[in-house]
Amino acid sequence: MDLADLLEIKEKELRTRKPIRLRCCLAAGCVSSNGQAVKESLDKAVQEAGLADEVEVRQVGCMRLCCEGPLVAVDPAGILYQKVAPEDAASIVAALKGGETQVKRGDLNHPFFTKQMSIVLENSGEIDPERIESYIAADGYQALNDALVEMKPKEVIDAILQSGLRGRGGAGYPTGLKWATVAKMQGSKKYVICNADEGDPGAFMDRSVLESDPHRLLEGMAIAAYAVGADQGFIYVRAEYPLAISRLHTAIKQAKQHGLLGSGVLEAAFTFNVEIRIGAGAFVCGEETALMASIEGERGTPRPRPPFPAERGLYAGPTLINNVETLANVPSIVRKGADWFAGIGTEKSKGTKVFALAGKITNTGLIEVPMGTSLRTIVEEMGAGAPDGNQVKAVQTGGPSGGCLPASQLDTPVDYESLQQLGSIMGSGGMIVMDQTTNMVDVARFFMEFCMDESCGKCTPCRAGTVQLHALLDRILRRQATARDLELLEELCDLVKHTSLCGLGQTAPNPVLSTLRFFRNEYLELLQPEIGAPAAFGTPPKPDVNPTG
Amino acid sequence: MPVKTLTIDGKPVSAVEGQTVLEAAQDAGISIPTLCHLDGVSDVGACRLCLVEVAGVSRLLPACVTKVTEEMEVRTESERLKRYRRMILELLFAERNHVCAVCVSNGRCELQNLAVAQGMDHVRFAYRFPPYEVDITHRMFGMDHNRCVLCSRCVRVCWFIEGAATKNVAGRGADARIITDLSQPWGESETCTSCGKCVQACPTGAKFHKGSTVAEMERDRSRLEYIVTAREKKQWIV
Repeated sequence: MDLADLLEIKEKELRTRKPIRLRCCLAAGCVSSNGQAVKESLDKAVQEAGLADEVEVRQVGCMRLCCEGPLVAVDPAGILYQKVAPEDAASIVAALKGGETQVKRGDLNHPFFTKQMSIVLENSGEIDPERIESYIAADGYQALNDALVEMKPKEVIDAILQSGLRGRGGAGYPTGLKWATVAKMQGSKKYVICNADEGDPGAFMDRSVLESDPHRLLEGMAIAAYAVGADQGFIYVRAEYPLAISRLHTAIKQAKQHGLLGSGVLEAAFTFNVEIRIGAGAFVCGEETALMASIEGERGTPRPRPPFPAERGLYAGPTLINNVETLANVPSIVRKGADWFAGIGTEKSKGTKVFALAGKITNTGLIEVPMGTSLRTIVEEMGAGAPDGNQVKAVQTGGPSGGCLPASQLDTPVDYESLQQLGSIMGSGGMIVMDQTTNMVDVARFFMEFCMDESCGKCTPCRAGTVQLHALLDRILRRQATARDLELLEELCDLVKHTSLCGLGQTAPNPVLSTLRFFRNEYLELLQPEIGAPAAFGTPPKPDVNPTG
Repeated sequence: MPVKTLTIDGKPVSAVEGQTVLEAAQDAGISIPTLCHLDGVSDVGACRLCLVEVAGVSRLLPACVTKVTEEMEVRTESERLKRYRRMILELLFAERNHVCAVCVSNGRCELQNLAVAQGMDHVRFAYRFPPYEVDITHRMFGMDHNRCVLCSRCVRVCWFIEGAATKNVAGRGADARIITDLSQPWGESETCTSCGKCVQACPTGAKFHKGSTVAEMERDRSRLEYIVTAREKKQWIV
């Protein structure tokens, strides 16, 4: 396999493409609303209408507007059918030839679609995730070829550095810097790990990438491995994503068959193998040191850093760990150039970010927007606000490590620094919208319960502290707490944040701290007067004396 | 052997490269509170009692796993650190059923000593009172989960000094607990060598010699130390 072979596959794929194409979303959301049956009945309807030579029914990945699934798109007519039922198949096929159909049509000119900018998701909803030819036809693996043939590892790293790409897992560490550190480490055996243990409540960005475009991730990993000098990769993906795992297995097999993984990749002196490791349902295994322990077969608990994985990681070798979305950006940067990528986004946050819009919002689904897009654009324009005429009250970003921003802060641009300044974080991309019916103390308790359940139990502040934080929040919600409890809550947040071993504990108080910052009144309203503490409530009440006796 | 000089609480200290802040402090006679640390087994930095402030580093660092560096400025006693330590101890006391008055280790307990030393005289958090069992199936030793602080010392001595790998941690978060083999009764363990190292390593009354009652549980750390000395210094001192 070399460039000529790649181009031949691409050319053949494009040549045999049928004039009309029905793209059926078969990512997790649409599958769960019966998308598979829709595709099968469309297949059948096309056969019955005798249009098999003209019309192709293709399974594709996520087409973004998950709340309206199952989705079916028609090319080249540019129609998006929503909430398609298997019974609708005949009328949809009839409509291809001038017939009528009552199936609901989506408005592709809605800001939800027009304000998106696709880099990571460029093939999502376009290509068949289970066919490597489909990816190659979309210029897939050309970036890997460019890197192997035309660039030295150092040049690849320089390109990533220059692009300004930062880690999409949440912390925003410069990706190029991480690569450069691993590349400089001495060691005969280095590893590249893709962190696909997406676990934030309400987050499904990485899942969609894996289900919609798995080869993009493999290509990104291979480029990363070439840049840092690794020959072994692992994808750590959670067991709750069976479709993603199955598509990754298929993709790895196909890439090996085509000489795009294994030894002598693209006929260059480069070997790279990828294995999948399946997480057993621990949120903490998304923390890099716990993730590596889990891959090694140990109990998935974090260990103190330093040493950082770049220095001493998996099996004590220098290890590069990147998130799915980070690696999925890499092929585009290599193919289109660092300057192109650096031209998108804000000064310090480059490129785009994928968000999973969920909660009390009209348009639930997946969006990819340039960094610096305001929350208002995302929530009010693209998401079309809260449903049923309700008001958006707050937006939660960053999952259990993030915070809640009030509606008054909606003009905040989405970039790493702006969100951090407001006590939240970019996080991996979960965005949960809340309306005025939401009690913010309850939200804080929900996330604290999550952290309490997911704490690994290794360090004291996180293990015992989250339990007490949850108990205090619960007490406040039951209207049994006093001002003294609130004081203790704040003191304990400070402890857990500053003394916990890993990121899970260090960020666990964030939902409490941010709701205290912006919605303190909701806490105060639930507090009870302190018994025997008259100072805060005026003079002590006089004994109830009845003068009449 | 390269030497690093640093200051701990303003006191100039020299340490060998590779030593931890805790070791350097101990050599200099400066005490830093610890709970999960045990000489001779690898450190895990889990209890967070040994956190110290280092000039120029915004995070607090666990002294037991932080290596000394040249001109490092370490502070082990600030109001903030003292407050954190007291709170961590409060959390530990509230977490399980630490009833000193009826504990085998009363008067000889590291958790109790830490509370006294750090001035933790009351607990502001709600006691959890979890329903834990006592495993007395082993013919010589007992395990009282009510007293366990999950320091994992017993696990580490079992794995890294005895090499039996009998003890482990199961469950997560507040449900984490020390188990024997595949969570079997201790007495049924086929891997336990009954060496008793875990009992010597335990800082509280969680692991005890059967037959010891309130305040009677005395530990003999020297039984661990002589093996560690033999390993690390190649000297067999009995």
